[in-house]
Amino acid sequence: MRKVAIIGVGMSRFGELWDKSFRDIVIEAGIEAIEDANLEGKEIEAMYIGNMSGGRFLSQEHISALIADYSGLASLNIPAIRVEAGDASGGVALKEAYISVASGIHDIVVAAGVEKVTDVGSAMEIMDSSIDQEWEAFHGATLASLYAMMARLHIHNYGSSEEDLAMISVKNHKNAVNNPKAQFRREIGIETVLNSPYVAEPLKVFDSAPISDGSAVVILASERVARKHTDTPVYINSVVQSSDYLAVQNREDILEMKAVKTATRKALKLAKCELKDIDVFEMHDSFTITELLLYENVGLAEKGRGHELVRDGRVEIDGEKPVNPSGGLKACGHAVGATGIRQIGEIVLQLRGDAGKRQVDAEKGMAVNIGGTGATAVVSILGR
Amino acid sequence: MIPSFWRKIRYRYNLTGTKCENCGRIYHPPRNICPECRRKSSITEVDLGDRGELLTYSIVHDAPESFKLQRPYVIGLIKLESGVVVTSQISCKPSELRIGMKVKAVFRKYGEDGEDGIIYYGTKFVPCEE
Amino acid sequence: MVGIVSYGTYIPRYRIKVEEIAKIWGEDPESIKGGLGIYEKSVPDIDEDTVTISVECAREAMKRVSLNGSEIQAVFVGSESHPYAVKPTATIVGEALSIDSFFHSADLEFACKAGTAGIQNCIAMVESGMIRNGLAIGSDTSQGAPGDPLEYSAAAGGAAFVIGSENVIVEIKDTLSFTTDTPDFWRREGQPYPSHGGRFTGEPAYFRHVSTASIEIMKRNDLEPEDFSYAVFHMPNGKFPVRVARNLGFSSKQIEQGLVVRYIGNTYSASSLIGFCAILDVAKPGDRILLTSFGSGAGSDAFIIEVTENIESYDRNQSVWKKIERKEYIDYGMYAKLRRKIRMG
Repeated sequence: MRKVAIIGVGMSRFGELWDKSFRDIVIEAGIEAIEDANLEGKEIEAMYIGNMSGGRFLSQEHISALIADYSGLASLNIPAIRVEAGDASGGVALKEAYISVASGIHDIVVAAGVEKVTDVGSAMEIMDSSIDQEWEAFHGATLASLYAMMARLHIHNYGSSEEDLAMISVKNHKNAVNNPKAQFRREIGIETVLNSPYVAEPLKVFDSAPISDGSAVVILASERVARKHTDTPVYINSVVQSSDYLAVQNREDILEMKAVKTATRKALKLAKCELKDIDVFEMHDSFTITELLLYENVGLAEKGRGHELVRDGRVEIDGEKPVNPSGGLKACGHAVGATGIRQIGEIVLQLRGDAGKRQVDAEKGMAVNIGGTGATAVVSILGR
Repeated sequence: MIPSFWRKIRYRYNLTGTKCENCGRIYHPPRNICPECRRKSSITEVDLGDRGELLTYSIVHDAPESFKLQRPYVIGLIKLESGVVVTSQISCKPSELRIGMKVKAVFRKYGEDGEDGIIYYGTKFVPCEE
Repeated sequence: MVGIVSYGTYIPRYRIKVEEIAKIWGEDPESIKGGLGIYEKSVPDIDEDTVTISVECAREAMKRVSLNGSEIQAVFVGSESHPYAVKPTATIVGEALSIDSFFHSADLEFACKAGTAGIQNCIAMVESGMIRNGLAIGSDTSQGAPGDPLEYSAAAGGAAFVIGSENVIVEIKDTLSFTTDTPDFWRREGQPYPSHGGRFTGEPAYFRHVSTASIEIMKRNDLEPEDFSYAVFHMPNGKFPVRVARNLGFSSKQIEQGLVVRYIGNTYSASSLIGFCAILDVAKPGDRILLTSFGSGAGSDAFIIEVTENIESYDRNQSVWKKIERKEYIDYGMYAKLRRKIRMG
């Protein structure tokens, strides 16, 4: 397998992009990435696109060809592949793109993620389609309520609190202030979170990431080709995808995210490093409890002690293990299929030293992207 | 939705799961393959009983359109006496809820395809009286 | 001898008080309570309907004698509030009870007496040898138009009976029906609420049919009111059954145990049957019971029932009166939502 680098990063703004269509936002991110990589465009040999539900959000399937076409690559007749894994679609797109370069099949490929959600009224129900429709959703379970059940159990078993969860939201909002692409660039107090209405008890509106429009694009190249285009390549040390039972009810312990644990263990092994070597993290905070559980399942905290990291400030941007300097899904925005690539973009900027006012000192970074309640997990480790 | 509902009626109206005769493990929803034995699986149907214990729950406020009339409603994970865990609604006052409470299965309506569509029935749980 | 092998009942948890309804329509609750003899009525939850109530009471009946679905060969559900106009309630109930698919079934409708009509069908089928055991259910989630006096009484509940000839807890000694064309109460196809003839529902309808059927069945069996331990008559309200009992010569002691209407309202197809079950809850071997239902339109089914020794060892928990005590009050707003009286956009 060849070494693979990321040579370009691009991202649209995340949020309610009323004046931009699906095509507009993916092209906006793509152009920025191509410029960043100093490419013309025709060098691209393949595209991997993470998208959760073009079909239900836009009634548009076959978006792989659509995006290749509107990227101006129709005349090159390159392969374009759409991948879907709920809100881990972006992470899986990166993994597929990585394999295609590492294997020697391609030299330069695009890994993109895109979602346009504001053209329909009820984005939440489409978002919820990543849970088991026959045995969870049929009974009225929502994505939020399944995470809420995990939160309830964590609080009950381990003495964490709604305040601990709220502090994760507060932290991510604070970080987003310095991210020009973020959806919510304002600090909030803990009362804002605690006083917000319940979505599914004990989770509230401010414990939940928004469902946003947005796109993110990274350009991957083989090590040899990368050196021709950039002086600051960021290498993909590993990218590993794992799966778990789709329905939460079938997992032996609902606070244990086995896909995350497996992917993390394998990713660290492939990257030949340990968790202590990772300096910055982007984690999938679709809900505050998700980020808390990821601390534990990635291994930053022991089981049942994730909330201590929040209380100690260790995951703050100036802490020992900064998590979500971008603002995370909560404050940067959660453009579903784009999120996994957006996380990678942030780690690349952090490792290159291009993260502006939210810059942390980092040699290695990890992104953890999960689908739905954790039935898919993608863990990526990047290094300079 | 009619065929997909109809196909699973027997598992929705009653708590029926599948058992792998090779390893003895029981699953709900029913499975065609045992995740432990795979090719050695030997699947039969099994009655899961109607009593269980509430493992965790949430009170849902932000509900899908088809559940709006019911909100707030309670969704929970119930560990049945057979050891199998199911996702279901708990029909009771939120103040009655506590982790570990004993519950029993009842037959209830889950929804309908509008006023002129078919009606979806299934299993919910209520607190055990004793 | 054909009889009842087991019975079960279901009463929804919610209640609404007469005061709460009267407040909305500007009426005097005391005069309504005095006039109707009803203090509160049961209300089904948003996820309860005639199907779910039927399944719940039938499951209780089967569980009490550990009866499997495979031991039942007929299911009749009597109701005036079947959730489908076309698509039988009995099919869903049969599936939920895991009854072997070779079973006879039909939905019955005869206002408030469709449940007893189901019992008669089962008796005939058991007696003829067509089936070993049949399930007869009376179940309703009846509705009255907003502001109509029916709103104070139209309630929800169900009763189920396994009819067979082995190990019966009561024997059904005789049954007869008295039927005429009397338009006292009706609901036209496609109409959401029933209409009725006001005071016309009394003498020419309820009293004539209940009395005639009761008198005739006693006469042909050489029995007098004092030969019965208990009697139960259809309960459209708390007044009619008391008056008809008095007219026929029954004492208040004979009807008290079955007079459930004051606290749950008129449960239509289940009304006389839930009262009958409340009597079975306390009946002793040798007790004789008169059961007379009434269905508008109009007709009455009368039954003479004798309790056997088997009732001593029969599981009668939880009793009807205990279920009546288990309740939660709701206000009219909640009631309007649960009964789908609010027009949604």
